[in-house]
Formats: sequence, C-alpha cells, structure tokens
Amino acid sequence: MAAHASEVHHHAPPEGFLWKYIFSKDHKVIGIQYYLLAVVAVFTGMFLSLLMRIHLFWPNAHIPGMDGDFTPEKYLALMTMHGTIMVFMVLTTAPQAGFGNYFLPIQIGAADMAFPTLNMMSFWTTFISFACLIAAFFVEGGAPISGWTAYSPLSTLGSISGPGEGLGQTMWIISIAFFCAASLMGAINFITTLIDLRARGLTMMRLPLTCWAWFITAILSLLAFGVLLAAGILMLLDRLAGTSFFIPGGLVVSGVQQTGHTGGSPLLWQHLFWFFGHPEVYIAIVPGMGAASHVLSTFARKPVFGYRAMVYAMSAIGILGFMVWGHHMFVSGMSPYTGFAFSLMTMAIGVPSAIKTFNWLGTLWGGQIRFTAAMLYAIGFVTLFVSGGLSGLFLAQPSVDLYLHNTYFVPAHFHLVMGVAAIFGMFTGTYLWFPKVTGRKLNETLGKLHFWITLPGTYAIFMPMHWLGLAGAPRRYADSTAVSYLPALQPIQWFISIAAFITISAQILFLFNLIWSLKFGEKADENPWQATTLEWTIPSPPPFDNFGGHEPSVYRGPYEYGVPGYVDDYLPQHVEPGKLATGSA
Amino acid sequence: MAARSGQRGSTAVAASLAILLVLFVGITLYFFIAKVWWYPPAINDFGREIDAQFTRTFIITGIVFVASQLGLAWVVWRYRSNGGRAQYVEGNNTFEAVWTTAAIVLFVGLGIFGRTAWAQLHFNSIPQGAMVIEVTGKQFNWIFRYPGADGKFGSILPKYITESNPVGLDDRDPAGADDVVTLTLGVPLGREIELVERSQDVTHGFFVRELRLKQDALPGMLIPVHFHADVPGDYEIACTQLCGSGHHRMRATLKVMPEAEFEKWLANEKANQ
Repeated sequence: MAAHASEVHHHAPPEGFLWKYIFSKDHKVIGIQYYLLAVVAVFTGMFLSLLMRIHLFWPNAHIPGMDGDFTPEKYLALMTMHGTIMVFMVLTTAPQAGFGNYFLPIQIGAADMAFPTLNMMSFWTTFISFACLIAAFFVEGGAPISGWTAYSPLSTLGSISGPGEGLGQTMWIISIAFFCAASLMGAINFITTLIDLRARGLTMMRLPLTCWAWFITAILSLLAFGVLLAAGILMLLDRLAGTSFFIPGGLVVSGVQQTGHTGGSPLLWQHLFWFFGHPEVYIAIVPGMGAASHVLSTFARKPVFGYRAMVYAMSAIGILGFMVWGHHMFVSGMSPYTGFAFSLMTMAIGVPSAIKTFNWLGTLWGGQIRFTAAMLYAIGFVTLFVSGGLSGLFLAQPSVDLYLHNTYFVPAHFHLVMGVAAIFGMFTGTYLWFPKVTGRKLNETLGKLHFWITLPGTYAIFMPMHWLGLAGAPRRYADSTAVSYLPALQPIQWFISIAAFITISAQILFLFNLIWSLKFGEKADENPWQATTLEWTIPSPPPFDNFGGHEPSVYRGPYEYGVPGYVDDYLPQHVEPGKLATGSA
Repeated sequence: MAARSGQRGSTAVAASLAILLVLFVGITLYFFIAKVWWYPPAINDFGREIDAQFTRTFIITGIVFVASQLGLAWVVWRYRSNGGRAQYVEGNNTFEAVWTTAAIVLFVGLGIFGRTAWAQLHFNSIPQGAMVIEVTGKQFNWIFRYPGADGKFGSILPKYITESNPVGLDDRDPAGADDVVTLTLGVPLGREIELVERSQDVTHGFFVRELRLKQDALPGMLIPVHFHADVPGDYEIACTQLCGSGHHRMRATLKVMPEAEFEKWLANEKANQ
C-alpha cells in the first residue's frame, strides 16, 4: 500500500468552469455534487410527503398547481415517488457517495479516488437517473402508483392496471436501472480506493470507522445493485418486449383477458427486489453508523469503545443483511419453512445492532461531552436507531408480522431506523465537516435550534404510527377513513400531519444555515474540533491534490483522545510518536 | 476555541437532552401500557397465541428500550464537559462478551419461542372435515366461492369471466352447478375453514384484524390458509397489498354465524345468485 507514493500527482488541476465544477474528476467536487443532488432530492421528497399529509388531513383540499381533484391515484403516485426519491436519491447518495467521495480519500491519505473518470461517470449517471425519475411526473398518466417496491403484475401490465402504470412506470424502471449502474461504478471505485490507496502505516485496524462504514457499504452496493439491475431489465422486457418473467398467464384485468403473457412469477420479482432491498437499508444506515461513531468519539474526547467490536458488528450486519430478505415476504405465499429461517437470521441482526448501541453508550461513558450541533445529531442518531431498531424485532417474527405486516407499524419502523436515523447521520456529518469543505463553520445556534425541533418532531411524527399499526390501519391507503375501524384513528392522523408540517418547516433553518454560513459563518482553521484523523491535517478547504503532493504517514489509531501522559487531549494520526508533547495538560 | 464553546452552557444542553429522552420514554410507555390505541380482541386461540407472543416481544424490547434510552440520558447528563479530561478507556472484552451473549439469548430465543403460532398456521396440516372456501381478489373487491352440496368446486376459466360470472365458472362442468359465489365471507361459528386464496389480476392482501390473519393473494398461485372463528359477529376484511388506485376501498365483511344461521344464509345467497 505504500508503493504508490510517486503516483499521487496523477492528474493536474482542471481549467475552466465546465471541467472544474461540472464534469470534474476531483473526488471533492463530485462529493459536493452528490450532496447537492441529495439536498434537492430530500426537499422534493419532503414536499411530496407534505402533500400526502395534507391529503390525509384534508381530503378535499385543492392544491394550487395540481390539475383537478386530489384523486387516490395522485396520492399513490406521490407515495411511490416519495419512497423512490428518498431511498435512492437521498439515502443512497449523500451518506455514501456524497460524504464518502469527499472524505474517504482524504481520511486514508490519498490524492483522489482510484478511478477519477469512473467517479465522474458515476455521478452523471446518477443525475440522468434522477432526471428520468422526476420526468415520470410529467408524462401521460403521470407517475407510477405501484410503490417503491413495484410489485408485479401491478407494475408490469401497463396502463390497464392503473393510472401511471404506462409510460410513468417505464420511466421509473429506466431510472432505477441507471441508478444501479451508477452505484456499481461507485462501489468498485470505493473498494479499490480503500484497498490500494491507504497511506503508509494506515492498517485496516487504524482506519476511521467512517472508512470502514463506506467500505462495507460499497461491498453491499456491489452485491445488491447488480441483482436489482438484472431484475429491472427483466421487468423492462416484460413491459416492452412481451416477455413473462414476472407475469403469470390467465389474468383478467378490468374485464380484459391478458392473453400475451404466460408462466411468469410475481413472487420472483419480490425475491429479486428484496434481495437488493434489504441490503439497501444497510447501505442507507451503515455510513450513518460510521459518522455517529466518529463524532461521538471526537466530542466525548474518548476513543471509540470497542473499536474492533464495532468493525466486527458492522461486518456482521453486512453479511447477515444478505440472508434476511425473506422477512419482507412472510405473507407473500413463499414457503413457510424458509419464513422461519429468515426470521431467525433477522433476529440475529439484533445482536450486532445491540453491540453497536452498547459501544456508543460506552464511548460516551466517562467522556467530556462537548455539545456541538454535530454531537447533538450523533446522539440523536443513537436514540433513533434504538427506537427504530427495536420495533424491527416485532416485524422479524412471522407470527407477529401476520398482524403488523403492511400496517402503519412498518413505516413507523423503517422511517425511524433507515430514514431519519440515516438523515441524522447526514446532519452530524454536515455539521462536522462543513468547516473542512468550506473553511467556515455552520452557525451553531441555528444548528442547535434545528436539532431541538427536528428530534422531538421526528418522534411526534413516527411514534404514533406504531399505534395506528397496532390498531390495524393498513399503509398505502389514499383515504385514511376507508375501512370501518379507521375513522376512530383519525385524531392520530391529524396529530401526525401537524407534527409533520412543523418538522418539515424547520428544515428551512438547515437550508438557510448552509447558505448563510457559506458567506458569513465563523472562519475555521485546519482543525477546528481538535480532532485526530487525516482530514484535519490539511487546509480548509483542501487544495486540489489534498496533501500537496506528498503522502502522509500514519502512526496510530484514529481515536486517540484523552491519552494519559500527553499535553494535548488528542493525538493526531500523522504525528510521529517522538514529536508529541508529553507531560500533564 | 471549540473546547470552550462546547463547555459553555453544556449543563443546560445536557439537562434538556436528558429530560427530552426521559419524557420520550415516559410518553411511549404510557401509550403502550395504557393501550389507548390497540388491536381488537382476538376471536380464536390462534389470535390469542399471537397476542401472547406480541406481549413477550413487547416486554423484552421494552426493557432494552428503557435501559438504552435512559442509559443514554444518564451518560449525556453525567459526562457533560466540565473542562477536565475524559477517562481513557478503549473497551472492555468482558462487557462485549456479556452483552453479545445477552442479546443472542434474548433475541434469538424470542424468535424460537414465536415459532408456535406460525407453525399452527402453516406447518400443521389442515384438520379433517375443514370447510373449503375459495377467495378471489380482483381490482377492487373480494369474491368468495363455496363448493356447494357436492363438496367440489366447478372448473373455472378466465375466458368465462363476465360481470354476472365474476369467477369464470364453466357451465359445462356439473360440479360447478351448485357452487355459491358471494361477496361476503360467511362462516359457521367454531368450524375449521380452509381458505384458498387466488387473484385474477394483481397481488392483493387478505387481512382480518380479529383473526390476526394476513395472507397475500398472488395471481398464478393458490395459497391455502386455515382458521376458525369462535365469536359471532361481523368483521372487516381489508386489502393489505397495494393493488391500484382503489386499493383502500377493496373491502368485504367476514360474517361469523351459528351453524344453523350459516346454512340459512348460504341457501339465501345461492337463491339470489
């Protein structure tokens, strides 16, 4: 890993706006591009959920700009697009491709990613995917209504099965296929970079946990997105070329016999989709785990408790994550024997998750906690991860899932654990690294205000959904009073809608902070948080080639905070042992 | 300096965070324990077995939930910065071993314990003498079919499906002559029912809260489940698998009646067919 020192200067800084900021091969620019794409996507996704909440709250509302009535299919289209945008364009881009692109090379002491051109292609392929997805709103019939899971045959029969199932659904699949291709490019790049470009002395067990998280996530992406790409192409063929991979024969839809298809299996799509879909939730959350560990240690001024256990736990989550997809399918009609096996494997994922939680508490235990905005979000990550993770133990059991499956209990669970917890991971990363990227700190007061609305707001939105689910309220209903026992639950829906309006409005604070601090934020030096890892050894913002043409050497682990016998309470990774001031503080 | 700004006001922040977490735990526990919004009573042993497993899961996850959240509140409060130096601890293998073992025993044990209810539904063979009813999902309603006096379903074909023949009965098959097709699922009280699920178009989900039973109906597959209902009454059947724009209005009623009343109901349905 040290044999490449002479190659660090493998490309010169680009000239001109287009090559510098648009088609840049610089991992830092690409990281920011991914981040900005995610910001646009997350506000779009939130806006869609706001419309959905308005509809549940006030079904006859006339929405300015929306043609005609707020019909059930419009609700389902919003729901499908909300899920797809959030899962793919937000949770898969910012934590991994955004932060990872920017900081993985810097944290391992490299000048760039291993394949800069591939990196650029990966971003622009993602961009095409995003554009294609948004365009689905504007085609005839509108956006698809089959949910982000696109179960066949609803998603394969064309517009006869519902509005939006024509061109809209086709655009959706093409978008997903592009996204898969982009993720595969990114995954190969991440894995190669981490294995080949680590600085001298940076052994695997000296990597920051953020790097471990991006590495494990990249492996998950490589294995999962390939399968979704294949499945997506098969679905496209079913729709456009008359094949029948996922469509059985003998269907009668809206009174019309479907004679063109025979012999396909709707269950096959579910297997392929969830073989991707479950690892996907770890693709979303594992980078957040890395960021939270990193920040908790930095601002508790203590080493991560049980570093090795954390690495093993993340690896175990990654491996087990590929053996549990069937827990999404307990009521699907697959073999009940495999259901029991999937259940036990899923319960087993609770074990590494518990290890991580206890180690986070152990990291804070005995610390000197500095409540920066970044730290508040890392602590918020832990509480959300615990709350959202534990409800998974209900859904992981086929017997209990018989009742809870496809009720509001499910969105309650996954929004807390893979949705908002992962978003908190992004917030913690943003508050931590903004000074490195821009040379200015985000405003701490605004950041804290944002936190004090967002954490309680999140719980106010998603905890009551558990009780809706317990009362048997099915999810994905355009009318929350449709079934006889639902009107009694309407007060919960109102409460959730109000909490959502407030919490979503508060996100403007974050957006404002990002823009305001860019120009007016407190100036940050190289290492504003007195942190140990390599990104804090270079100027803020970093120069084009990161380390100015030389390769740093690493002498110790990433979280040497509070080591007795030294003047400073942090020992940077790159300082030679003899050059550290010893003595008491 | 960041160190200073971190220390300043850290007591207020730590206290607020700890109080927020304690409040959150308190409110959450209240709603779960007071059962303000809850599932309706089960109408058979199977449902009660699932409820028992739910309660076991709730107790175990509840303990972990309270311990972790209050533990977090405690460390946040107790270890707020006072300008001193943190304890240098890199980990503790005994602790790791203890909580790993505890988590394995609790979580995997819970999973094994919950096997019984699942086995009752899917592994145990359907009892002799069970009454067979077929349910067909289509956008956007449920259709039920009873085999009639001969105990045999007549053959059906997609090409015969019309508004008046919603399942597509083949009138050349004598076995189908006495089939009864209904829009309500009537069942005799206490009798074991084998429900065979199918779908004509897309995937639907059959869900009755009081039975604690949910099973998707997939086109191209016949999926059997079985149940019995011990409390007479009308229960809502909701669709729980996204099936299109009318998903939310795809509903029907499960009607549990004493045997004699059921026979009368079925005869009446047949006469009106």
